[in-house]
Amino acid sequence: MAAAAADPGALAPGPAARNERMTDKVLPATEPTHAGSTHLAPRRYCLFALPALLLMAAVIISPWLFTLVMSVMEFTVGGAINFVGLGNFTKLVSDTRFLESVGRTFWFTVLAVVFPIGLGTAAAVVFHCQFPFRGLLRTIFIMPMMATPVAVALVWTMMFHPQLGVLNYLLSLIGLAPFAWVYDPNTVIITLVLVEVWHWTPLVMLIVLGGMAALPTDPYDWATIHGASDWQMFRFITLPLILPDIMVAVVIRTIDALKVFDTIFVITQGGPGTASETLNIFLYLQAFQFYNLGYASAVVMVFS
Amino acid sequence: MKNPRSDLLQAHGKEFTALTAIQVSSEQIPEQQQRQKAMIEFTSGHPAFDVCMLALQVQKRLAAKGKWLEDLRPCLADASLTSPDFDYADFAEGAVGFGRQADGSVDTLPHFIDFWMVFYNKEMFQQKGITYPKRMDEMFAAAQTLNDPSKGIAGFVSRGLKNANIPVWTLWMLGQGMETVSQTGQLQTDIPEAIWAGEMYKRMNREVAPPGTVGFNWNECQTTFMQGRAAMWLDGIGFATPLEDPTKSRIVGKVGYGMTPPGPKGHHSALFGDGLGISRTSTKKQAAWLYMQFMCNKGNQLAMLKAGAGSPGRSSALANPDAQVGSRFSKEYFDCLAASGTIARAGLPQIIPVTAFRDVFGVGLTNTLSGADVATELRKATEAFKPVLEKSEQG
Repeated sequence: MAAAAADPGALAPGPAARNERMTDKVLPATEPTHAGSTHLAPRRYCLFALPALLLMAAVIISPWLFTLVMSVMEFTVGGAINFVGLGNFTKLVSDTRFLESVGRTFWFTVLAVVFPIGLGTAAAVVFHCQFPFRGLLRTIFIMPMMATPVAVALVWTMMFHPQLGVLNYLLSLIGLAPFAWVYDPNTVIITLVLVEVWHWTPLVMLIVLGGMAALPTDPYDWATIHGASDWQMFRFITLPLILPDIMVAVVIRTIDALKVFDTIFVITQGGPGTASETLNIFLYLQAFQFYNLGYASAVVMVFS
Repeated sequence: MKNPRSDLLQAHGKEFTALTAIQVSSEQIPEQQQRQKAMIEFTSGHPAFDVCMLALQVQKRLAAKGKWLEDLRPCLADASLTSPDFDYADFAEGAVGFGRQADGSVDTLPHFIDFWMVFYNKEMFQQKGITYPKRMDEMFAAAQTLNDPSKGIAGFVSRGLKNANIPVWTLWMLGQGMETVSQTGQLQTDIPEAIWAGEMYKRMNREVAPPGTVGFNWNECQTTFMQGRAAMWLDGIGFATPLEDPTKSRIVGKVGYGMTPPGPKGHHSALFGDGLGISRTSTKKQAAWLYMQFMCNKGNQLAMLKAGAGSPGRSSALANPDAQVGSRFSKEYFDCLAASGTIARAGLPQIIPVTAFRDVFGVGLTNTLSGADVATELRKATEAFKPVLEKSEQG
């Protein structure tokens, strides 16, 4: 409106000018508002973001900075605090126990992701089919996921007992020799993975099943008309379509597997020896058993 | 700390309040968590408690270094604060000495003393026609005779889990008359005597022990023994409580209580214990001292013994014939307790980083159960732990 008034003597307007005027007419009152808000918005919005920023600073940034400061200190609870620069970090590089725990964490994570993803996807395919008592069986299947990790770990600890545990009893019923489970350095990691698989495969199944429930039917109709087999339909239609859901499950499982502490600590405390000492257990021992907070902080900084 | 003795302390709380009108609020925490809580709260300078139970073998030096506890000597000397029948001299000298700090201060009352001994299944021994071993090396021969894997019976069981397994090794070493750290603070963990003890540990826990002993703590050992699946169990006498309980044990009335047999150069029982102390920053020290006197008086110490909750620090409780009246434990149990007290010697080194010591050497010993060489593992562990010890002593 203001622009039209500023150009009263204009000749017959061309298309561009028409557009301009139309715009002026459609948005007559927005110009000054937009012009004003362009300068004011950031300051106003900053005020709105301030509480969140303060909260983040308090609960994330400050502890992180404090950990950073501690990581360059020789800081033992009850002892003197000395600045050691990068001493804790250089010590980490040569600490074989730390390096072994990193390798063990990697190995455990890979297994604790791959198996639940494979089994969970297979279970989702099965539960996607129609069969009697499907709902009931699906409910039973997801029950392990509802149990708390410590309770799960305690029950498995009892079952793993080499002499009194039910697992070796079951093995004996079918004529197999007793197994050492978590009491053998060579089998402890795979046995702990077994607990993880039992506990978390239902989660993967739920995620993938959710994805499968939303799949379109058209591709399957088309494939059926063209004589595709069940396997071909799964391989070339289902799998590509549910791949994004599987990737979500992979991300969630990877995060969870990297964080596992309670299950391992309750069942083995990192043993036998250090055979199941993952990074989290190593960190716990340094911080809360040996009270080496400086060294433990360096471990945190490396992985944060 | 969460244990049967703390249950008794809490049970006696009402009686104490009735006598003194002092209200007591107490909390039991599992051992590992209690150590962390004590460490953090005392270090903060403002612990939330007035009285604390400490595991002397782990926390005594920490308490001295951090000046956690009040020296009790002025209280003991003050007749206006201490009951005439408290009789501090009644506490066994070994127990008092175990709790006394290097500077002579007394910051805990020795509430509980634990001696390591051998629980054995008398029925199994009779069936095989053998007697209780008279020397450490005879234990292996006896365990070999008793070991019968085809029937699921092991000749011997003891802790194999890292950290928990250290007292087993140190006990064998006491048989050589040696401790893991010398009087001058030097590590003696890779000397021939230590290696001998390590070999003993390896042989007993590998060749005549149940499968999976590498992950056994005291509770797995206790269960195995109670189920009649092991002929001998080496551990603290404080764990005897359920062995004679028919609702928990299959070997009631069959348990023998044997003193640790002598080794080649020494005859000792590994000594552990808990003490009660008053926080130095407490604002209720007088009430705290009254509470500790009451909980450690002769009657309550005797009650602890009768309940099978462990061995009290007081000599009078052990000598009291009433202790055996109505007790589910046999005379042999009380004789073993009294005799073990006469040969007791610290089961863990009196150093500040005890937990790190237990971890580093515990891992090494556990490795030997998988076949690793004892001397190599002990040498590696000694090298790894030496700087930790040196640093801790520097402050």
